[in-house]
Amino acid sequence: MIEVEVISGRTLDQGATVEEKLTDEYFKAVNYCELNEEDYNTLGLAEGDRVKVKTEFGEVVVFAKKSDELPKGVAFIPMGPYANQIIDPSTDSTGMPQYKGIKATIEKTDEKVLSVKELLEVI
Amino acid sequence: MAQKVICTFCGSVCDDVEFDVEEFKPKKFCKLGRSKFSKKERIKAPMIDGKEVSYEEAIQKAAEILVNAKKPLLYGWASTANEAIRLGVILTEKVRGVYDQCASVCHAPGTLAVIEEGIPGASLGAIKNRADLVIFWGSNPMEAHPRHPLRYSMSAKGLLIKGRNDRKVVVVDVRKTKTAKKADVFVQIKPGYDYPVISALRALIKGEDIDVDEVGGVSKEQLKELAEMMKNAKYGVIFYGLGVTQSRGRDRNIENAVKLIQLLNRYTRFVIWPMRGHYNVVGSGEVPAWEVGYQYAIDFSRGYPRFSPAEFSANEVLQREDCDAALVIAADPVAHFPKESVKHLKKIPVIQIDPFPNMTTLVANVVIPSAVYGLEAEGTAYRMDGIPLRVKKVIDTEYWSDEKILEELLKKVVELRGE
Ligand code: SF4
Repeated sequence: MIEVEVISGRTLDQGATVEEKLTDEYFKAVNYCELNEEDYNTLGLAEGDRVKVKTEFGEVVVFAKKSDELPKGVAFIPMGPYANQIIDPSTDSTGMPQYKGIKATIEKTDEKVLSVKELLEVI
Repeated sequence: MAQKVICTFCGSVCDDVEFDVEEFKPKKFCKLGRSKFSKKERIKAPMIDGKEVSYEEAIQKAAEILVNAKKPLLYGWASTANEAIRLGVILTEKVRGVYDQCASVCHAPGTLAVIEEGIPGASLGAIKNRADLVIFWGSNPMEAHPRHPLRYSMSAKGLLIKGRNDRKVVVVDVRKTKTAKKADVFVQIKPGYDYPVISALRALIKGEDIDVDEVGGVSKEQLKELAEMMKNAKYGVIFYGLGVTQSRGRDRNIENAVKLIQLLNRYTRFVIWPMRGHYNVVGSGEVPAWEVGYQYAIDFSRGYPRFSPAEFSANEVLQREDCDAALVIAADPVAHFPKESVKHLKKIPVIQIDPFPNMTTLVANVVIPSAVYGLEAEGTAYRMDGIPLRVKKVIDTEYWSDEKILEELLKKVVELRGE
């Protein structure tokens, strides 16, 4: 298990499929978590492996990916229904939930990644 | 043959793209715009509880839901035209509901900062022609506004600034993004440290010393270099993104950044502008502002408009369970709101107006499909810098435009209320 700060945000693939949310392409564009190589190796991950991301606000199972964009200790999940399971909903009176910079733990898991529809059912 | 159209995906609202109607083929667009102007799954027909109905029946049902609700939430508005938004504001007032729009979870903290500090800004044209220093702060146009760098900010050919070689490009971000990889200077900060980094820059630019070696993961040396670069620019710009508005500090980050720009203007010319996301998210704030005085989080339950993001923003209203119906137009809160807010949306009657099925469709009781602006319907949209552009209709469709749907809905609501 490692401790990280999670940020969520736009990606090109997320944007290109954002008007096709019930397709497989959208599912693939938003259902993963990127980690720095060192963090990825610490967890002993390989391609196709899943991780469970847990914060004070919730947890979600997503696919793990290696990224050369991230520093150690920071994880990235594309904006969308998966990221929104774990972000901080409070808005601090601004109306804006905190979508970025949430403390989380990440561990390898055998649990499966829920589909977009299944995700909606468990909310 | 391809004809000139205007892209209705991101806030860059490119007006130099082309579309071949016969072949249904987009030209010159980026990947995001191309996906918008390609054939894809649509909501086939209006539906009530999953059953196909006529437009008239769906609108009748939607009007009943809104009129019977004590306090409906009318949310979305970022991907539709100003003409539709205007009707939406009037409709919200009629049903004594809450008007909120996508900026609420995007750039609205910037609006709060602007109320406090104003915004020293410029049009994208002025920036293209003059800016010799471009700073992307918590924004990643290579993925979110792919043609922005080409048309306005990085490699654009301007009047005084002739291209990429005449410009310095800086990226301040927590990730080494695709945009960062193309920049001259990359400043990597720790998540949530925008505010102190901006404060440190303000001190250094004023000529004061900071008695620490690093701020938010950035060395004093690099901060000094950046401060010098900003001071020495002839015309600088900060394009900020959600990295700043969605992190710790939110509106206060922007306020501090605006103060930094005010300070820089004592030495040189500097402007700051948000990288607005959806093609008409500016309109979803400007239209209510010129109609009723506020940009978002507007409550009409007392019959007159009140603005308070702490109470009337969609997420606050939903988490407090303070609405008993919702109309969602041109947005997908079920996919983009935290699960605490989605929970309440699953419990109340939801009306959706959208061209495409999305996660909100899965919880909606009344679904009303609409035409795609820029392709099947015309109207006015504001580019991210507030320049209004007329988006075109180039193909015929059976789908009604948002404007027509809202016009009919408004008529029905007035009729049901016996006004
Ligand atoms: S940059 Fe934005 S407006 Fe321009 S083509 Fe791409 S998505 Fe459309």
